[in-house]
Amino acid sequence: MKYAFYVFSSYGVAGVLTLCLIAWVWLDGRARRQELAELEASGIRRRSAAARPSADPSGRETEA
Amino acid sequence: MTDSLAIRKLGDLANPTRFMALVARVLPWMAATAAILFAVGLYLSFTTEGDYQQGDTVRIMYVHVPAAWLAMMCYTVMALSAVGTLVWRHPLADVSHKAAAPLGAAFTLLALITGSLWGKPMWGTWWTWGDARLTSVFILFLMYLGLIALNRAIDDPSRAARVSAVLILVGFVNIPIIKFSVEWWNTLHQKASVLRLDGPTIDPEFLRPLLVMALAFTLLFFTLHLAAMRNEILRRRVAAQRRLAARMAAREDAR
Repeated sequence: MKYAFYVFSSYGVAGVLTLCLIAWVWLDGRARRQELAELEASGIRRRSAAARPSADPSGRETEA
Repeated sequence: MTDSLAIRKLGDLANPTRFMALVARVLPWMAATAAILFAVGLYLSFTTEGDYQQGDTVRIMYVHVPAAWLAMMCYTVMALSAVGTLVWRHPLADVSHKAAAPLGAAFTLLALITGSLWGKPMWGTWWTWGDARLTSVFILFLMYLGLIALNRAIDDPSRAARVSAVLILVGFVNIPIIKFSVEWWNTLHQKASVLRLDGPTIDPEFLRPLLVMALAFTLLFFTLHLAAMRNEILRRRVAAQRRLAARMAAREDAR
Protein backbone atom coordinates (compact mmCIF):
# COMPACT_ATOMS: atom_id res chain seq x y z
CA MET A 1 0.00 0.00 0.00
CA LYS A 2 1.34 3.42 -0.99
CA TYR A 3 1.37 6.02 1.83
CA ALA A 4 0.76 3.22 4.36
CA PHE A 5 2.46 5.27 7.09
CA TYR A 6 -0.09 8.11 6.78
CA VAL A 7 -3.11 5.78 6.53
CA PHE A 8 -2.17 3.53 9.45
CA SER A 9 -1.02 6.47 11.60
CA SER A 10 -4.46 8.07 11.12
CA TYR A 11 -6.29 4.91 12.17
CA GLY A 12 -3.78 4.34 15.00
CA VAL A 13 -4.29 7.83 16.42
CA ALA A 14 -8.08 7.48 16.04
CA GLY A 15 -8.00 4.10 17.85
CA VAL A 16 -5.78 5.31 20.71
CA LEU A 17 -7.77 8.53 21.21
CA THR A 18 -11.12 6.69 21.15
CA LEU A 19 -9.90 4.05 23.62
CA CYS A 20 -8.51 6.78 25.91
CA LEU A 21 -11.90 8.56 25.86
CA ILE A 22 -13.80 5.35 26.64
CA ALA A 23 -11.35 4.46 29.45
CA TRP A 24 -11.51 7.98 30.93
CA VAL A 25 -15.32 8.06 30.98
CA TRP A 26 -15.53 4.52 32.37
CA LEU A 27 -12.87 5.02 35.11
CA ASP A 28 -14.37 8.40 36.07
CA GLY A 29 -17.80 6.77 36.51
CA ARG A 30 -16.33 3.93 38.55
CA ALA A 31 -14.44 6.33 40.84
CA ARG A 32 -17.56 8.49 41.42
CA ARG A 33 -19.73 5.46 42.24
CA GLN A 34 -17.07 4.25 44.67
CA GLU A 35 -16.98 7.66 46.39
CA LEU A 36 -20.78 7.64 46.73
CA ALA A 37 -20.73 4.10 48.15
CA GLU A 38 -18.04 5.10 50.70
CA LEU A 39 -20.07 8.15 51.77
CA GLU A 40 -23.21 6.04 52.17
CA ALA A 41 -21.28 3.39 54.11
CA SER A 42 -20.16 6.09 56.55
CA GLY A 43 -23.80 7.05 57.09
CA ILE A 44 -23.95 10.12 54.80
CA ARG A 45 -27.06 9.68 52.68
CA ARG A 46 -28.81 11.96 50.24
CA ARG A 47 -31.61 13.90 51.92
CA SER A 48 -34.20 12.33 49.59
CA ALA A 49 -32.91 8.84 50.42
CA ALA A 50 -32.72 9.55 54.15
CA ALA A 51 -36.27 10.95 54.28
CA ARG A 52 -37.89 7.92 52.68
CA PRO A 53 -35.60 4.97 53.36
CA SER A 54 -38.20 2.32 52.46
CA ALA A 55 -40.46 4.30 50.13
CA ASP A 56 -39.28 2.45 47.05
CA PRO A 57 -37.63 -0.97 47.39
CA SER A 58 -35.83 -0.52 44.04
CA GLY A 59 -33.93 2.38 45.59
CA ARG A 60 -35.10 4.82 42.92
CA GLU A 61 -35.33 8.42 43.97
CA THR A 62 -37.19 11.32 42.53
CA GLU A 63 -34.87 14.23 43.23
CA ALA A 64 -31.46 15.17 41.86
CA MET B 1 -53.64 17.58 25.23
CA THR B 2 -50.91 15.67 23.35
CA ASP B 3 -48.62 18.69 23.66
CA SER B 4 -49.00 18.86 27.41
CA LEU B 5 -48.32 15.12 27.61
CA ALA B 6 -45.18 15.52 25.49
CA ILE B 7 -44.00 18.42 27.66
CA ARG B 8 -44.71 16.38 30.80
CA LYS B 9 -42.74 13.44 29.38
CA LEU B 10 -39.82 15.76 28.53
CA GLY B 11 -40.07 17.23 32.01
CA ASP B 12 -39.89 13.74 33.48
CA LEU B 13 -36.77 13.02 31.45
CA ALA B 14 -35.20 16.26 32.65
CA ASN B 15 -35.37 14.96 36.22
CA PRO B 16 -31.76 13.83 36.87
CA THR B 17 -32.77 10.62 38.70
CA ARG B 18 -35.12 9.55 35.88
CA PHE B 19 -32.40 10.54 33.43
CA MET B 20 -29.94 8.24 35.26
CA ALA B 21 -32.40 5.34 35.07
CA LEU B 22 -32.95 5.94 31.34
CA VAL B 23 -29.19 6.16 30.68
CA ALA B 24 -28.62 2.86 32.52
CA ARG B 25 -31.19 1.24 30.25
CA VAL B 26 -30.11 2.62 26.85
CA LEU B 27 -26.32 2.84 27.27
CA PRO B 28 -25.47 -0.87 26.72
CA TRP B 29 -27.59 -0.94 23.53
CA MET B 30 -26.01 2.24 22.19
CA ALA B 31 -22.48 0.98 22.96
CA ALA B 32 -23.17 -2.39 21.31
CA THR B 33 -24.67 -0.77 18.18
CA ALA B 34 -21.69 1.61 17.94
CA ALA B 35 -19.27 -1.36 18.21
CA ILE B 36 -21.10 -3.24 15.41
CA LEU B 37 -21.14 -0.13 13.20
CA PHE B 38 -17.40 0.36 13.80
CA ALA B 39 -16.71 -3.27 12.82
CA VAL B 40 -18.69 -2.87 9.57
CA GLY B 41 -17.25 0.61 8.93
CA LEU B 42 -13.64 -0.51 9.43
CA TYR B 43 -14.20 -3.53 7.19
CA LEU B 44 -15.59 -1.29 4.43
CA SER B 45 -12.84 1.30 5.00
CA PHE B 46 -10.14 -1.21 4.07
CA THR B 47 -11.94 -3.34 1.48
CA THR B 48 -13.39 -0.65 -0.81
CA GLU B 49 -11.42 0.75 -3.75
CA GLY B 50 -8.77 3.46 -3.39
CA ASP B 51 -9.14 6.74 -5.26
CA TYR B 52 -7.63 6.93 -8.78
CA GLN B 53 -5.77 10.14 -7.84
CA GLN B 54 -5.31 9.95 -4.06
CA GLY B 55 -4.78 6.19 -3.88
CA ASP B 56 -5.08 4.66 -0.42
CA THR B 57 -4.88 8.01 1.40
CA VAL B 58 -8.62 8.34 0.65
CA ARG B 59 -9.07 5.85 3.53
CA ILE B 60 -7.98 8.61 5.93
CA MET B 61 -11.25 10.34 5.00
CA TYR B 62 -13.25 7.63 6.83
CA VAL B 63 -11.85 8.78 10.19
CA HIS B 64 -11.06 12.42 9.36
CA VAL B 65 -14.51 13.49 8.10
CA PRO B 66 -16.52 11.84 10.96
CA ALA B 67 -14.13 13.40 13.52
CA ALA B 68 -14.53 16.84 11.91
CA TRP B 69 -18.32 16.38 11.73
CA LEU B 70 -18.40 15.46 15.44
CA ALA B 71 -16.19 18.43 16.33
CA MET B 72 -18.90 20.72 14.93
CA MET B 73 -21.90 18.66 16.06
CA CYS B 74 -20.59 18.49 19.64
CA TYR B 75 -20.33 22.28 19.73
CA THR B 76 -23.90 22.53 18.40
CA VAL B 77 -25.10 20.16 21.15
CA MET B 78 -23.28 22.40 23.66
CA ALA B 79 -24.90 25.52 22.19
CA LEU B 80 -28.38 23.95 22.51
CA SER B 81 -27.57 22.98 26.10
CA ALA B 82 -26.30 26.52 26.74
CA VAL B 83 -29.75 27.80 25.69
CA GLY B 84 -31.24 25.33 28.21
CA THR B 85 -28.95 26.77 30.90
CA LEU B 86 -29.70 30.42 30.15
CA VAL B 87 -33.43 30.19 29.34
CA TRP B 88 -34.69 27.40 31.62
CA ARG B 89 -31.80 27.34 34.12
CA HIS B 90 -31.98 23.58 33.99
CA PRO B 91 -29.21 21.70 35.86
CA LEU B 92 -29.28 18.86 33.29
CA ALA B 93 -28.43 21.40 30.54
CA ASP B 94 -25.47 22.61 32.68
CA VAL B 95 -24.30 19.03 33.04
CA SER B 96 -24.74 18.42 29.29
CA HIS B 97 -22.45 21.19 28.04
CA LYS B 98 -19.87 20.60 30.74
CA ALA B 99 -19.69 16.87 29.91
CA ALA B 100 -19.53 17.47 26.14
CA ALA B 101 -16.53 19.87 26.14
CA PRO B 102 -13.72 17.28 26.65
CA LEU B 103 -15.35 14.98 24.05
CA GLY B 104 -15.53 17.84 21.55
CA ALA B 105 -11.88 18.73 22.23
CA ALA B 106 -10.82 15.10 21.63
CA PHE B 107 -12.70 14.78 18.32
CA THR B 108 -11.43 18.18 17.13
CA LEU B 109 -7.87 17.10 17.96
CA LEU B 110 -8.48 13.87 16.01
CA ALA B 111 -9.76 15.87 13.00
CA LEU B 112 -6.67 18.13 13.15
CA ILE B 113 -4.18 15.23 13.43
CA THR B 114 -5.78 13.06 10.71
CA GLY B 115 -6.16 16.14 8.48
CA SER B 116 -2.48 16.84 8.93
CA LEU B 117 -1.62 13.20 8.14
CA TRP B 118 -3.73 13.47 4.97
CA GLY B 119 -2.37 16.91 4.05
CA LYS B 120 1.31 15.89 4.05
CA PRO B 121 1.10 13.32 1.20
CA MET B 122 -1.61 15.18 -0.78
CA TRP B 123 -0.74 18.88 -0.32
CA GLY B 124 2.92 18.46 0.56
CA THR B 125 2.52 20.14 3.94
CA TRP B 126 1.40 19.11 7.44
CA TRP B 127 -0.15 22.47 8.19
CA THR B 128 -0.69 25.94 6.76
CA TRP B 129 -1.94 28.95 8.70
CA GLY B 130 -3.16 30.61 5.51
CA ASP B 131 -5.99 28.07 5.10
CA ALA B 132 -9.29 29.31 6.58
CA ARG B 133 -10.70 25.79 7.25
CA LEU B 134 -7.60 24.62 9.11
CA THR B 135 -7.27 27.80 11.16
CA SER B 136 -10.99 28.01 12.07
CA VAL B 137 -10.98 24.36 13.26
CA PHE B 138 -7.85 25.09 15.32
CA ILE B 139 -9.72 28.03 16.91
CA LEU B 140 -12.58 25.62 17.71
CA PHE B 141 -10.06 23.36 19.48
CA LEU B 142 -8.79 26.31 21.52
CA MET B 143 -12.38 27.24 22.40
CA TYR B 144 -13.03 23.74 23.73
CA LEU B 145 -9.85 23.96 25.86
CA GLY B 146 -10.91 27.39 27.11
CA LEU B 147 -14.34 26.10 28.12
CA ILE B 148 -12.82 23.12 29.98
CA ALA B 149 -10.44 25.50 31.82
CA LEU B 150 -13.30 27.90 32.63
CA ASN B 151 -15.43 25.11 34.12
CA ARG B 152 -12.50 24.01 36.27
CA ALA B 153 -11.71 27.55 37.40
CA ILE B 154 -15.16 28.31 38.88
CA ASP B 155 -16.14 26.25 41.92
CA ASP B 156 -19.86 26.98 41.96
CA PRO B 157 -21.30 24.67 39.23
CA SER B 158 -24.36 26.78 38.38
CA ARG B 159 -22.26 29.96 38.07
CA ALA B 160 -19.68 28.10 35.96
CA ALA B 161 -22.53 26.84 33.76
CA ARG B 162 -23.97 30.32 33.20
CA VAL B 163 -20.59 31.87 32.37
CA SER B 164 -19.65 29.04 29.99
CA ALA B 165 -23.13 29.09 28.39
CA VAL B 166 -22.62 32.74 27.38
CA LEU B 167 -19.14 31.93 26.04
CA ILE B 168 -20.45 28.88 24.13
CA LEU B 169 -23.17 30.95 22.43
CA VAL B 170 -20.72 33.74 21.52
CA GLY B 171 -18.30 31.13 20.14
CA PHE B 172 -21.04 29.47 18.08
CA VAL B 173 -20.34 32.09 15.39
CA ASN B 174 -17.28 29.96 14.52
CA ILE B 175 -19.42 26.97 13.40
CA PRO B 176 -20.86 28.55 10.21
CA ILE B 177 -17.41 30.07 9.59
CA ILE B 178 -15.90 26.55 9.66
CA LYS B 179 -18.68 25.13 7.45
CA PHE B 180 -18.56 27.87 4.80
CA SER B 181 -14.83 28.72 5.03
CA VAL B 182 -14.18 26.55 1.96
CA GLU B 183 -16.79 28.52 -0.04
CA TRP B 184 -15.98 32.03 1.23
CA TRP B 185 -12.20 31.83 0.86
CA ASN B 186 -9.89 30.20 -1.62
CA THR B 187 -8.57 27.39 0.58
CA LEU B 188 -6.21 24.47 0.15
CA HIS B 189 -8.93 22.35 1.77
CA GLN B 190 -11.46 20.95 -0.69
CA LYS B 191 -15.08 22.12 -0.83
CA ALA B 192 -18.02 20.15 0.66
CA SER B 193 -18.76 16.95 -1.23
CA VAL B 194 -21.32 15.21 1.05
CA LEU B 195 -23.55 17.80 2.74
CA ARG B 196 -24.51 19.85 -0.34
CA LEU B 197 -27.85 21.28 -1.42
CA ASP B 198 -27.55 19.49 -4.79
CA GLY B 199 -26.69 16.14 -3.17
CA PRO B 200 -23.36 14.36 -2.58
CA THR B 201 -20.81 14.52 -5.39
CA ILE B 202 -18.71 11.74 -3.93
CA ASP B 203 -18.69 8.26 -5.53
CA PRO B 204 -20.89 5.66 -3.71
CA GLU B 205 -17.77 3.48 -3.33
CA PHE B 206 -16.42 6.09 -0.89
CA LEU B 207 -19.77 7.31 0.41
CA ARG B 208 -20.80 3.92 1.87
CA PRO B 209 -17.87 3.45 4.29
CA LEU B 210 -17.95 7.17 5.08
CA LEU B 211 -21.61 7.11 6.13
CA VAL B 212 -21.22 3.93 8.20
CA MET B 213 -18.16 5.37 9.97
CA ALA B 214 -19.96 8.71 10.49
CA LEU B 215 -22.90 6.86 12.04
CA ALA B 216 -20.54 4.81 14.26
CA PHE B 217 -18.68 7.91 15.46
CA THR B 218 -21.95 9.78 16.09
CA LEU B 219 -23.32 6.92 18.17
CA LEU B 220 -20.00 6.67 20.02
CA PHE B 221 -20.24 10.38 20.81
CA PHE B 222 -23.79 10.13 22.19
CA THR B 223 -22.87 7.03 24.21
CA LEU B 224 -19.88 8.81 25.74
CA HIS B 225 -21.84 12.02 26.24
CA LEU B 226 -24.63 10.26 28.17
CA ALA B 227 -22.07 8.35 30.26
CA ALA B 228 -20.09 11.56 30.94
CA MET B 229 -23.33 13.35 31.93
CA ARG B 230 -24.09 10.53 34.36
CA ASN B 231 -20.57 10.86 35.81
CA GLU B 232 -21.05 14.62 36.23
CA ILE B 233 -24.37 14.10 38.06
CA LEU B 234 -22.63 11.58 40.37
CA ARG B 235 -19.77 14.09 40.92
CA ARG B 236 -22.31 16.72 42.01
CA ARG B 237 -24.03 14.26 44.33
CA VAL B 238 -20.67 13.39 45.93
CA ALA B 239 -19.92 17.10 46.41
CA ALA B 240 -23.39 17.69 47.92
CA GLN B 241 -22.99 14.77 50.32
CA ARG B 242 -19.52 15.93 51.35
CA ARG B 243 -20.97 19.37 52.16
CA LEU B 244 -23.70 17.64 54.17
CA ALA B 245 -21.10 15.58 56.03
CA ALA B 246 -19.10 18.74 56.81
CA ARG B 247 -22.23 20.47 58.14
CA MET B 248 -23.10 17.46 60.31
CA ALA B 249 -19.53 17.35 61.70
CA ALA B 250 -19.62 21.10 62.45
CA ARG B 251 -22.96 20.71 64.24
CA GLU B 252 -21.58 17.86 66.38
CA ASP B 253 -18.49 19.89 67.23
CA ALA B 254 -20.70 22.79 68.37
CA ARG B 255 -22.60 20.57 70.82
